[in-house]
Amino acid sequence: MTGAGRHVLEVEGITKTFPGVVANRSVSFDLAEGEIHCLLGENGAGKTTLMNIVFGLYRPDEGTVRVRGEEVSFSSSADAIAAGIGMVHQHFQLVPTLTVLENVVLGAETVRHGVLELASARRTLADLSDRYGLPVDPDALVGDLSVGIRQRVELLKALYRDADILILDEPTAVLTPGEVDEFLSTVRELVGMGKSIVFITHKLREVSQVADRITVLRNGEVVGRTTPAETSEEELAAMMVGRQVSFTVDVGTSDPGEVVLEVSGLVVDDNRGHAAVRDCSFAVRAGEIFGIAGVEGNGQRELVEALAGMRPVVAGDVRLRGRSLLGLDPRRIAELGVGHIPEDRTRHGLIGAFSVADNLVLNRYHRPPFARGLVRRRSEVTAHAEELVATFDIRTPGVDVPAAQLSGGNQQKVVVARELSRPLEVLLVAQPTRGLDVGSIEFIHRRLVEIRDRGTAVVLVSAELDEVLALADTVGVLYRGRIVASMPAAEADRHRVGLLMATGSEAA
Amino acid sequence: MTAPSLRRRFVAVDRVRALGAIYVVFGLVLLMRVAPALPDDPERFLFGTGPDALAWTFRPSTTTVVIASALVTFGALALVRSGRLVSGGLVLGGVLAVVMLLVASLALSPNKSTNLVPLFIQSLRLGSPIALGALAGMWSERSGVVNIGIEGMMLAGAGIGFVAYALLNGGAGGLPLYVAVLVAVAAGGLFAALHSLMSVTLGTDQIVSGVAVNLLAIGLTSFLRSQVLVPLNADSATTLPELSIPGLSSLPIIGDLFSAKPIFFLTFVAFGASAFVLTRTRWGLRVRSVGENPHAAETLGVDVMRVRYQAVILGGCIAGLAGAQFSLETVGSFDDLMTNGTGFIALAALIFGKWRPWPVLAGSMFFGFARALGVRIQLLNVEVAGFPLPSQFLQAVPYVVTMVVLAGAIGRAIPPAAIGRPYRRPG
Amino acid sequence: MTTIRATYLRMAPVSVPILAIVTALAVAAVAVLASGSDPLVAYGALIEGALGSPERIATTVGRATPFIGTALAMAFAYKAGLFNIGAEGQILAGALLAAWVGTWSFLQGWPGVVLIPVVLAAGTVGGFVWGLVPGVLKARTGAHEVITTIMMNFIMSLLAVWLVNSLDPIILRDPDVSVARTRPLPEAARLWELVPGTKLHLGLFIMLGLVAATAWVLDRTTFGFEVRAVGTNPESATYAGMNVNRITILAMALSGAMAGLAGAGHVSGAEGFLSPGVFVNVGFDAIAIALLARANPWGIVPAALLWGALLSGAPLMQQRAGMSTDLVRIIEATVLVFIAGDAMIRWLFRIRSNGEVSTA
Repeated sequence: MTGAGRHVLEVEGITKTFPGVVANRSVSFDLAEGEIHCLLGENGAGKTTLMNIVFGLYRPDEGTVRVRGEEVSFSSSADAIAAGIGMVHQHFQLVPTLTVLENVVLGAETVRHGVLELASARRTLADLSDRYGLPVDPDALVGDLSVGIRQRVELLKALYRDADILILDEPTAVLTPGEVDEFLSTVRELVGMGKSIVFITHKLREVSQVADRITVLRNGEVVGRTTPAETSEEELAAMMVGRQVSFTVDVGTSDPGEVVLEVSGLVVDDNRGHAAVRDCSFAVRAGEIFGIAGVEGNGQRELVEALAGMRPVVAGDVRLRGRSLLGLDPRRIAELGVGHIPEDRTRHGLIGAFSVADNLVLNRYHRPPFARGLVRRRSEVTAHAEELVATFDIRTPGVDVPAAQLSGGNQQKVVVARELSRPLEVLLVAQPTRGLDVGSIEFIHRRLVEIRDRGTAVVLVSAELDEVLALADTVGVLYRGRIVASMPAAEADRHRVGLLMATGSEAA
Repeated sequence: MTAPSLRRRFVAVDRVRALGAIYVVFGLVLLMRVAPALPDDPERFLFGTGPDALAWTFRPSTTTVVIASALVTFGALALVRSGRLVSGGLVLGGVLAVVMLLVASLALSPNKSTNLVPLFIQSLRLGSPIALGALAGMWSERSGVVNIGIEGMMLAGAGIGFVAYALLNGGAGGLPLYVAVLVAVAAGGLFAALHSLMSVTLGTDQIVSGVAVNLLAIGLTSFLRSQVLVPLNADSATTLPELSIPGLSSLPIIGDLFSAKPIFFLTFVAFGASAFVLTRTRWGLRVRSVGENPHAAETLGVDVMRVRYQAVILGGCIAGLAGAQFSLETVGSFDDLMTNGTGFIALAALIFGKWRPWPVLAGSMFFGFARALGVRIQLLNVEVAGFPLPSQFLQAVPYVVTMVVLAGAIGRAIPPAAIGRPYRRPG
Repeated sequence: MTTIRATYLRMAPVSVPILAIVTALAVAAVAVLASGSDPLVAYGALIEGALGSPERIATTVGRATPFIGTALAMAFAYKAGLFNIGAEGQILAGALLAAWVGTWSFLQGWPGVVLIPVVLAAGTVGGFVWGLVPGVLKARTGAHEVITTIMMNFIMSLLAVWLVNSLDPIILRDPDVSVARTRPLPEAARLWELVPGTKLHLGLFIMLGLVAATAWVLDRTTFGFEVRAVGTNPESATYAGMNVNRITILAMALSGAMAGLAGAGHVSGAEGFLSPGVFVNVGFDAIAIALLARANPWGIVPAALLWGALLSGAPLMQQRAGMSTDLVRIIEATVLVFIAGDAMIRWLFRIRSNGEVSTA
């Protein structure tokens, strides 16, 4: 590993509070020239907040930032960019209706008499692509690109601005295992060419692969500074979470019964009218977790929404214990015993402005005992909520509090509690732990295993391959809208599944 | 603007079928009820004046049968098939329906011939304020700010501009007239600035803010009219002079098109300039980016708020110019509510044109045609069932067309992604 | 100090609208001064004109009555996430149908207990249909209700002008009077006047009943729950098994029905006939009133009374201070500007909104 040079970035005593939350408490951090410094921490530990401060998007309440020894006070990201800092955000900051070239030059346009001068930008972009091995088509619309390519565009945006300090925020979250390896070697090359990199992640494996130094954040505070040589993944995990964690749920053994859910030849369109799920077939048995691995955007969302009745099926069939679900509306499907924990809890699963109690009956508000005829019975709703808040350990000031005021983990618990508190034949689960802290993740994993053990067929869709591998009894790989392979968990190893996710076949 | 997106595709397929069904029904009605009722003596559409003008002689009843058969065919095709050919047929059917309207109007009128050239020129004239309004909306909405307030900004331009004119020299023309046009532009910009302050800085719901702008414009201009204009007795002021483009204005048939007033010509200049600025300049790129993904623009150092202010105010200035077209260019006086819904029709044209400059211009002219057609039908003294066709029906044509177009077009028109959402700087 | 400040902030739901009204009056006072009149004289006359005597108060309440219905229509649609600018067309649709049905010859001679409900029902149906169209277009084609309802307003006002004005043929016009208006309703179809000689009629209590019913439906019924769910988050509502399209259509149509009922009440109570121009701008007023009341059904009552007072006080103001009655429109518009999402007033008077938890 390269030796650390002088410090190009120093952050001292940063404190940042949002209403009700301390995101950073007296955090100090530095980045040496030509190193990769990993900022490790759970979701919500304050990593992104810290780097948004460095990048000029947030103003700190206290503390100082120094770039190449000089104290700076950025009032916008323009200042940070001018100081040679580039940031690749976890949620890509691209304009889908613009071309790659337009996205790259946006904010750093060269103009002649007020008219965009794109020819020289095009040349510069081509040079950068060549030099760093990041090929892109400058005239493609970003909206048409795959996530892997979009990430390349993000990197090129930073490089185009001559950034020599790069902040990469959870850059591997959307990549396949193969793409991750490729990406990490690109990162190494960047450092070799003189860049200094802050690498934000919560994935321990990546930390040991690329880091020169590691800083661990927990609840907004620095809880450890170390290097890969001095520590182990177990130690890092303990530091990150604050207690010993195994990360492996005791899934026990499953005892699958007969087939409950059968999907055959399913075709579903996305919002733009293109087929997102094509000829997809699989079957799930009672008491089994069928894990669907795949890179995001391969039809996961459309598949789950179609199974839940929220999206029309173009062709194929979905059968629940032999009975076709085609043409049924979401309410009817739910009443037949299909539970659904949706991918985006704030967009689909909850109504943030409604109380916790109302959210807990969001799909049963119209049935007894929660309503008599058209009239709602609020005492029943409240009693029901209080019971679920206790059994599912939902941390809330009260059941009348708007759901939006709960933390992400507790919001997800509300959704889980609602879906699991009724008898289910099938449970559809999409990205159940996205953005949650380790405690909530463990809780939800245990609940999924529990409901499986009670004989429910569980369909688990997750972009986190580790999550699928840890929980699933059978692993299916979704590639371009089809289940290209499915195998018992015992035969599913990272390499094999990763290859299937990336190419759709096992032949490399 | 949260339209349930899940059923989009279903709707798109349904729409083709629904349109097909409407065509078939419409065609059958024409065949069975209208064609027999129309006379079959030759009548003539003229293109120009004088004895040797271009003319199309037709027999109304026979022509109706031909058009109706085509409509039934295209409609039936759309019911069983889809694809480019079918869409083409539906568009052609739409054109034929318009021709049918002209044919029927002439057939039901005591006149035996009518000159269509002035109708088309009139379409452009009446389309011009709609187009300017739509362009105003385009700038605002491409930057991510919904603008229901175009109508109010136009009214403010018309009213305040005219008040300035009346105060300056009582409407006697000359330099004060041009100053008044600038005042109108500024007034539109000022109301747009208010819209920006509310919706961009203060995060007010953009529709609420637009409604407030409209209501304020109505109140203020009526107040100014009764407090200032009525005492001054300013109601027949000199309007902007007519300009003729040398050479072009003496062309045969379409020459009259090139003798018109300045703001009319400016409409086309404004579209050309806007198209260029939007696609080819740095600022245009930034406007497009803040309308689609303000967060991305912010991370690249673009000042989202400032770009939105600029775009909304530019739009307001254009709307003010459109207002001046009413009071200072065309009429020479100001009446309460004189813009008469043009700003709202402009919004429909904006959606129809999918927020892109040239299609928006075309859409506006289509609405201009709807208005011109209403006027023409009235001039032709068309009689239905023994009574003159009520003028209110003809006045309602553009509004009905707007509804039909919106119902037909919006499913396929995707607005700027960040539209309607206030942007908050993080931290 | 801090407690005073805390109380100041806690009072926001009441203080913000009041501050908005006061600020609007101050802004309008500038317009009065600029036209060379004394704002105190003008406002004194305005207040006296609105509240100076029992009859004037009754007139004010009578003017406010239809506003309650139209603002309620707006507020109800707003709860369903719909922006109904069409109250003007819907109230006219209701009034038109009520004025027509009330003069059907075979109904003449029936007693009030039959006629009044028939007339009111006709108005409700008229508004329902006129709200149904934009609702269906919104749900089925995505056509935005703001523009479609505005178009529906224009179309209805032209339709009303044609039906009521037309002399050749005569459709709804009363040929016995020179002005364009419909034939008068039979006496039995008229809602009773509460204060003789004013336009305050029983319709007030119908509107108050409507307010109570709307508040109850929104708060206590499953349909109200659905309306609010669709209004806040249509995607969650879809997920929860609600039929978003159906609820959208129904909410818009019911909203129209409320305005239509207000129109029928006006025809049957205040006038006894319909002149096509009486509801001009009512739709925008409805929006301002509903927003002033923060879309709260009960809050609409005082807000509508304010509107009634401004309108009924304006003529005296014109008489005494020589100010155009259009000044009232400026006051109204300025109230809306200041109340619009109340951000402007909070900004001017440094009232921060309650701490929202940001998800960092």
